[in-house]
Order: sequence, then structure tokens, then C-alpha cells
Amino acid sequence: MSVQTVESGNGTKGDGRTPLIKISNIKKYFPIRRGILIQKTIGNVHAVDGVSLEVYPGETVGLVGETGCGKSTLARVIMKLYDPTSGELAFDGQRYDRFSRAKMRPLRREMQMIFQDPYASLNTRKTVGSIIGEPFRIHKTVDRGKIKGEVQQLMELVGLNPEHYNRYPHEFSGGQRQRIGVARALALKPKLIICDEPVSALDVSIQAQILNLLEDLQQEFNLTYLFIAHDLSVVKHVSDRVAVMYLGKIVEMAPGDTLYRNPKHPYTGALLSAVPVPDPDLASAKRRIILEGDVPSPINPPSGCRFHPRCPRAQLPICSEKEPELVPHHPGQVAACHFPLEDRAIMASAAVGEGG
Amino acid sequence: MAEPLLEVKNLKVRFPTDDGIVKAVDGVSFQVFPGQTLGIVGESGSGKSVSMLTTMGLITNEQALIEGEVIFEGQDLLKLPPDEMRTIRGSKMGMVFQDPMSSLHPFYKVGDQIVEAVRSHQDLSKKDAMDLAIDMLRRVGIPRPDERAKQYPHEYSGGMRQRAMIAMALVLNPDLLIADEPTTALDVTVQAQILDLIDRLREEFNAAVVIITHDLGVVAEHCDEIQVMYAGRIVETGDARDIYYHAQHPYAWGLLQSIARMDQETDRLQPIKGLPPSLIYVPSGCAFHPRCPYIMDVCKREVPELIPSNGHHASACHLSLAEKERIFREEVAQKA
Repeated sequence: MSVQTVESGNGTKGDGRTPLIKISNIKKYFPIRRGILIQKTIGNVHAVDGVSLEVYPGETVGLVGETGCGKSTLARVIMKLYDPTSGELAFDGQRYDRFSRAKMRPLRREMQMIFQDPYASLNTRKTVGSIIGEPFRIHKTVDRGKIKGEVQQLMELVGLNPEHYNRYPHEFSGGQRQRIGVARALALKPKLIICDEPVSALDVSIQAQILNLLEDLQQEFNLTYLFIAHDLSVVKHVSDRVAVMYLGKIVEMAPGDTLYRNPKHPYTGALLSAVPVPDPDLASAKRRIILEGDVPSPINPPSGCRFHPRCPRAQLPICSEKEPELVPHHPGQVAACHFPLEDRAIMASAAVGEGG
Repeated sequence: MAEPLLEVKNLKVRFPTDDGIVKAVDGVSFQVFPGQTLGIVGESGSGKSVSMLTTMGLITNEQALIEGEVIFEGQDLLKLPPDEMRTIRGSKMGMVFQDPMSSLHPFYKVGDQIVEAVRSHQDLSKKDAMDLAIDMLRRVGIPRPDERAKQYPHEYSGGMRQRAMIAMALVLNPDLLIADEPTTALDVTVQAQILDLIDRLREEFNAAVVIITHDLGVVAEHCDEIQVMYAGRIVETGDARDIYYHAQHPYAWGLLQSIARMDQETDRLQPIKGLPPSLIYVPSGCAFHPRCPYIMDVCKREVPELIPSNGHHASACHLSLAEKERIFREEVAQKA
């Protein structure tokens, strides 16, 4: 299969610039082994199965998909926490998919991650000061004596009281703990931050605080975000472009508005139509695509288009035999479907018109 | 209007702790009618789960100081002895929790667990109970229910476990189904399936449903009546159109403005400033006053009553009705 590249086709971002992150046909398979002494590989979980994506400096790319679609695995491959099975990774034009741990280290400063659960991702027995200051001690970018000052500056930046330097994570609320996670990610002045479900565990009013903080920091430091979440409303709000993953593949990618108004892939349509809209009139005007059954196993993904067993538009045999390629639709939009949806297939046009 | 199936009157639930008394629920009254879905919205610690757990008799006088009345089919549940409460809870009330893995027993087959639920309330043979269980699993949309009944919970996916729990909650044909964040742990597509299922079963059984959630979208799509809770009290109540198109309480405005929405381009979200209050040291007067942008002197002194403005749309806020309507129109509706 040829390498498909998902580019930002609206012309505002990609022109002539080097993408900060370029991933080409990345695959990550996890072997399934059986046997006690002599282990035999009897199959593979195709967690990420040929994903290509470019993220440009200063941009936010959203990644959505259901549990098990491979979005978190992809994030960990980009961070090189997992080695890719095949494919290429490049950061700022430099390939790093075969880097050793030692060679990765300087690159790690450039890429940081914010995790979903601020309760689980902070060491409960360390003070906030030492959690946020740890990257300085590991990478030795700041003199020992100056660490405290730097940490307190970071705390102030993310909206924490610098006087709470000596407190422990349990003394903070969920939203504040996520701020600690953000401060730690910012410590080494990274270029890319991968946010893996950063607000899913928070109350709605607190979600907005964290999303605004991430937005402010992006403007101030020209950060690039890869934003992973299952909440489409949140992803659309923060992202310039949104990629939709299904069973290890990107099935559609488009600017948020385009994706919302004119989804092309039936899976995107189903996801969109399933998001509850906080507006009773709009909710009743929405056309629903209800998916039957569960996501198939990534050990033996369906042939042809992986979505075909659940797809309301599938036509056999083409959908079960021929794998669709990502083809362009509206500006900046690509989708991999043999029978894409018509425009405004989900949301009634009148209702959407006023939005933006 | 018909008789309410459930009527909660001035319910107060307080937990004594070493640090002081936690006022989890502080004077809550509401009614639920057959065939109706009530949505209770609020953030962590607003008292929404505690009020329903108390209604179900799962929080008792042994753990908490409980005042008020919970009238269910004419009886005050708070006055019933535990064994009678147990009978009612199993056969007339069903409950679905957020995390199905923690509510299904990992060592027993799903079918057997439903059979046990049936047989502890109905005099049925094991075989008949199993037939009933399999039929229920089929109705909640589990494929090949006869085989699935013989499997353990870990063999089910997240959405299927949630369905199994709903099957267990509905197998005795309860009059009241309480769903506490039933879909929070699930993907949106599965969430849509589960909520549709609850809607359909409510129609089929003419049951009353209470959905506890923090998701304003879920309530807009699935609930007839909505209650917004803050710091143990109901601050606004009304039908979906009242809350979404004519909200009156500053906390409800704050919620509407702070969510990211699919259907709109919002440049910047407007979070509610500050944090929810401690329930031990609840702010004086209106508990929302430290976070409220429209605070007045009276708000610090007097607790506002829940006052109906028209019919049953009511809010607990000292602002005048005209002022509330103006603020909603000029400041909230444009953005939210």
C-alpha cells in the first residue's frame, strides 16, 4: 500500500514549512504469545496499522476515536515510549524512529505529555515542588540552586499558588492537580505537548479552566498540541484539524467545522450523531446513525474497509474487498470511504448555520 | 396530573466526620411521575448521588443523619425497617451505577447473577428464572443471550456490562429506575445505545427514570424534567426548554457557558471561577455567592428559596425575575 499523507490542505499552515512531527505509515503491533517455556507468537494486536500524519508548529491536531482504536498507542509511539513495528517518525525534519534511549533523551525535552488521570500520574509521596522540578534534575537544564525559583514561576504560570510548593498532591483538587501535570510538562520548554484525555476526569466548569489554560500557554509559547480525547465537543473546540481513528487507522481528517458540518466517513457521522447536544431543539433535529454491535477485535481486523461490518452504507462486495484510500473532499478534508456521506447528512442545515 | 410515584420532601443528609459535619444534601424536595425521566445535574459533591442513594435506602441512619420524607407509592421509605426496604428496593426500584465492573460480581456468571436477583424477590424455579434472565439480556440488546448468560463479566465489553446491569435492574420490572452516571465510562456511540435503551424500556414498562449526570447534553436529549444541584441544594428546576432557553440561576448560566459545544464556534470558554465549596463549611447565604458574578449584599446573608416563576420552572436566586431574564438574554444566550 502506498504511503498516504494527511496534509493540512487549507494552505494556512503547511506551506513550505517543515512539520514539527511527521509520521509516515506507522504500525505498532503487539504480539500475542502462548506457551510457558517456549513462547510462540500466535497473532498480533494491530493497535496502530499504517497511520500517516503531519503536525505543523503552533497547530493543534485533535485525535478522536473509541476505546481501543489505537489513539493512545499512537501517542506513545510518537513519544517513543513504544518502538514502532514499522514506519517513520520525524521531529522537525529529523528521523528518530530508530534512536536509542540515549539518543532520544535530548529529543524528550522537546516532547512532553499530559495524562488523563491527575490522581494516577502524580507521585503521591512527593511534594508538588519536587514533582514539577524533577525534569530539571533529570535533564540538568537548570542549576540546582535555581530550581525552586523556576518551579515557582511555572506554578504561577499555570495558576497555582507558588506558596504551595511544599504541599502534596492529595491537598489539591482534581483541576489543580491537572495544573500540576501541565506545569511539569512545561518545565523543559517543549515544542510539542501530547495531551491524552487531559480533561475527561474533571467536572465541566473545571474542564473549561484547563482548556483555557492550555490555549493561553499555546499562544504564549507557540506550543504544538496533539490532543487526544473521546469527547468530540472538546476536541473540536481546541483543534485546528481533527483526525478520526477507527481500529488503528485514520478514517477521516478535516478542520473541526468541516468535520462537524460535512462529515464524509459514515463512522465520523455515527460518532457525531451520538454526541448529545445541549440544546433540545437541535437535538431533535439531528439525524442519527446508530451503530450496531461492538468494535471488532484488532487481532483480526475485518477485510477491506474495517468499518464495513457495522456500516449502514456498506455495499458488498466492494467494501469488504477493497480497502478505501484517504481521498480529498472539502478543503483540508480527507476521508477513506467508498460511499462517503452527502453534505449536511447529520445536522440539519438551518440549525448549524448560525453557529459560525 | 397523576399521583407522583416518588415524592421526596425536604430531605437532609448529613455525615458526621472528624473534621465536622458534611452537609451532603440540604433540604431537597422533588417528585417523579410514572413514565417520566428526571435528570439531576451537578458537579462532584453537589449531593446528586447521595440524595438518590438515600432514596434507595442505601444510605441509612447508621451512616448519616437523615431528615425529611421519601414517599414511594404512598409509604415513607425512611420509616421502613431494613428488611421491608430491601424487598421494595429489589422489586420496585432498580439502580444502574457508573462502573459496571464494580457492581457485577467477577466470580459469578452473568446469567446466574441475574437469576439470584430474581429468586431473592420472586418465587421462581431456577430454570424459569434463567429463562427470564436470558429474555431480559435479549431485550437489552445482548447478542446470543443464551450463550452470553453463561459467561463471566470479564468476558463482556464495557457497553455489554452496562447492558447486563440494566438487565439486572429491570428484570423485576421496577417502577423506578435510578441511573447514576450510567454512561460516563462509555464511548459516545455506546452511550447513545444505552440511553436509547433506557428510553425504550421506560416507554415499554411505563417506569419512572432518574438519570444522575454531569453531562448537559445527555439531559437535553433524554430528560423531561431537570434539576440543577449545587452544594446539596436544588438551585433550579424546570423542563428541558426552561433550562436551556430560559435558565434563571447564575450557576446554570455558568454551566451552559463553560461547555465546549459541537454545534457552535466558541472562541473562548467561560469557566465558572473558583471551586465548588466544602460541604463542611458551606458559604453563608447562597452557597454559590463566592463564585457568582452577580453577587449582591443579600446573597451573603440569606439563603434564597426555590421560587417558581411560571408553573413549575423555579430557581433559588435573589436576582429579580426581570433581571434574570435580561441577563440570560443579553449575556448568556448569545454565547451559550
